Amino acid sequence: MACNSSTCNSSGCYKGYEEEEQPKPNTKAAVNGGNSCQNLCVKCKVNEPVCCGIGGENSRFCKDCFKNNLYGKFKQAVTYNAMITPPDKVLVAFSGGPSSRVVLQFVHEMQYKAQKNYDANKDKSLPVFGVGVAFIDESSTHSFTSQHIEKAIEDIRLIVSNLAPPSKELFVVPIESIFSSDGIDGKERLKELLDAVSDVTGKEDLLSHLRILLLQKIASENGYTRIVLGSCTSRIACHVISATVKGQGYSLSADIQYVDSRWEIPVVLPLRDCPAQELNTLCSLDGLKIVELLNGPCSGINGLVSSFVKVLQEENPSRECTIVRTAGKLTPFHFNRVPEIHDCNVPSATRRHQKRYTLKPNGSLSSDSFCPICNSPLKKSNFPSSLRSHGSQQNPDLFASACSSCQFQILPKDPSLMEEFLSLLPQQMITKAKHGDQGNFSLLREQIQEFLFSDGENEI
Amino acid sequence: MEADSKPKKSGARLCCVCNQNRAALKRPKTLEQICRECFYAVFEEEIHQVILENQLFKPGDRIAIGASGGKDSTVLAYVLSELNRRHNYGLDLFLLSVDEGITGYRDDSLETVKRNELQYGLPLKIVSYKDLYGWTMDEIVKMIGLKNNCTFCGVFRRQALDRGAALLKVDKVATGHNADDIAETVLLNILRGDIARLSRCTSIITGEDGPIPRCKPFKCTYEKEIVMYAYFKKLDYFSTECIYSPNAYRGFAREFIKDLERIRPRAILDIIKSGEDFRISTTTKMPEQGTCERCGYISSQKWCKACVLLEGLNRGLPKLGIGRTQGLNSDGKKDRKRDSRTPSIESKQCGSLEF
Repeated sequence: MACNSSTCNSSGCYKGYEEEEQPKPNTKAAVNGGNSCQNLCVKCKVNEPVCCGIGGENSRFCKDCFKNNLYGKFKQAVTYNAMITPPDKVLVAFSGGPSSRVVLQFVHEMQYKAQKNYDANKDKSLPVFGVGVAFIDESSTHSFTSQHIEKAIEDIRLIVSNLAPPSKELFVVPIESIFSSDGIDGKERLKELLDAVSDVTGKEDLLSHLRILLLQKIASENGYTRIVLGSCTSRIACHVISATVKGQGYSLSADIQYVDSRWEIPVVLPLRDCPAQELNTLCSLDGLKIVELLNGPCSGINGLVSSFVKVLQEENPSRECTIVRTAGKLTPFHFNRVPEIHDCNVPSATRRHQKRYTLKPNGSLSSDSFCPICNSPLKKSNFPSSLRSHGSQQNPDLFASACSSCQFQILPKDPSLMEEFLSLLPQQMITKAKHGDQGNFSLLREQIQEFLFSDGENEI
Repeated sequence: MEADSKPKKSGARLCCVCNQNRAALKRPKTLEQICRECFYAVFEEEIHQVILENQLFKPGDRIAIGASGGKDSTVLAYVLSELNRRHNYGLDLFLLSVDEGITGYRDDSLETVKRNELQYGLPLKIVSYKDLYGWTMDEIVKMIGLKNNCTFCGVFRRQALDRGAALLKVDKVATGHNADDIAETVLLNILRGDIARLSRCTSIITGEDGPIPRCKPFKCTYEKEIVMYAYFKKLDYFSTECIYSPNAYRGFAREFIKDLERIRPRAILDIIKSGEDFRISTTTKMPEQGTCERCGYISSQKWCKACVLLEGLNRGLPKLGIGRTQGLNSDGKKDRKRDSRTPSIESKQCGSLEF
């Protein structure tokens, strides 16, 4: 008999089979009235609907309900994962696009409410979290006129200054600042580094690794405790597919969780449950200004994946959500939760809440070894190769300590070019390559510790 | 390195393996320039290594090769016979073919398989949907339309292969699934949310705890290379796509992989590697295995999927077993439209299978 149980979780049960048979929904961004007999917002059933959500005709909202729906998802992600707590200073990575505009707006609104509560409250024990904004200027990697980029930066300054009170510090940092020396030197070095990567996809990915390193640097140097990215469902769905295609199936689950604490400053993704289409709609509904800095269309694998997901979305608008949901079932890593709060200024209720809701560490502690270039966790089988190079602390064996994807698409094919490549990489990656080896070695030693005799002991 | 430059048309281009003969082709997998003889050698050797490393066979095994008459199964039959001889695997090889009853497609490809029987000297057994289930695919499509027919065909074929294998009394079934197929399946399972299948679909041997284990010797072999091998060796195969396939969802994944292969050929193997590496908790992996109450085939539910689908066909309920329907019990209240042309025929009992 076919399974009747609505709660059946057996994996063979075709109920787990997500293929939908719904009629294809109509996905217009702003539909007013129309011929549908239900001319009311599906949520409040009072106002006239002005837009559609992902569900098309089945999810027509009025402006307030639409916004509250999105904000609600954001708030829930923040609360459940303890992303932002009172003593935090939060750095919002702002690219100018709709997702980062919305996350900036939502973070601001949350801060604003917290500020009002603080002002109204006699007991000033809970400080309001701080918010900063970082914009990374990548104009040195492509050919925009300086006019274009200056105008964009002006627009961004205006946006941020209008989001006060509470006021927010804005950092406009050129991508070449990732190298300790900036200015012309940095620009040249960046150009040389990118030119040394022959694979188009590798170049794009290396740039995004540099971007996150720079955000880490800004946050760390300015006392920020969290980095907020506006990564939405759509972006994550594309990442799932492209990581699969690049052979990064093992590390994939690390990149798509709400919280990523691999880094010195934990990175959080509060818009993980929001589809790009809805974020776009919100921007136009609410008049949120977007600064479109077309960093050139993605080419290579990333561009192909993007078009692929777009085609799938057109065929079925819930496809992105299904992709992210499926990938969400992969086991995350122990660093995919906020680090334990030891600060006694944080109310114990919050600490208890965080303990309850964040993930338990994965039973078998996964390898602590990471690729120095993309920081993805490496499968244990990489141990032997990096051990070989343990002796040479001066010249870390970059190739051996990198993941297979970076080995193929970023590192030079010709081993004789490796040393020069090493000299072009930012210091943070080199340090990681060196420490990576040491990390492996001490981890190995831990495993065999009980069988080792220390020098002073007598043998029986 | 991305394949963005066309090879210049210059003078003699030598094979990169033997450095003697002129290169006749570029290997789709590695883009190496290679002569025909070396291509045959490396193609066959890679498959041989896959068979050894994964211990697919042991001496004395009786193996049924799932043979559709298409390029994958024809090349599989050819290469397996050859390797069996060359490396003394000690296998007894058979051809096993399934007749789904698709006019203009299957009846033509079956002729190819009958020719293969003579060409390779391998005994052939044909099992048909009509005999096993009372329905041909043509009849099924007439009833259910052009969507979801691949679901029916796939489920029925799996059982049909097992039944045929049992009749032949073989130890294993070998199918011609190639790297492209498996990569497509990995993507499909991600797109459709099937985490349990995602964890199993990259295994080279499946069904070891079932009646007949199956293996995929072509797991790491590129479809383009199989075509090249068949082409150069002038093997006899039937090269038309199933007439019902253009509507399959798999088409999306296939298009994408074709585009991907053009930019980065190794991506196909990378997808398979990702599939193998996905961190999937072991508790989600195995469905509980029992037997179908109706026919005795292995099933994780009360009825096996084939029986569920058949019941739907026989009762004029084409959606039964597709998507999130409520199951058989609650259908009692629904209208029963019967196709007056097709009498209700029950599936043959599995008694003859002796599992």
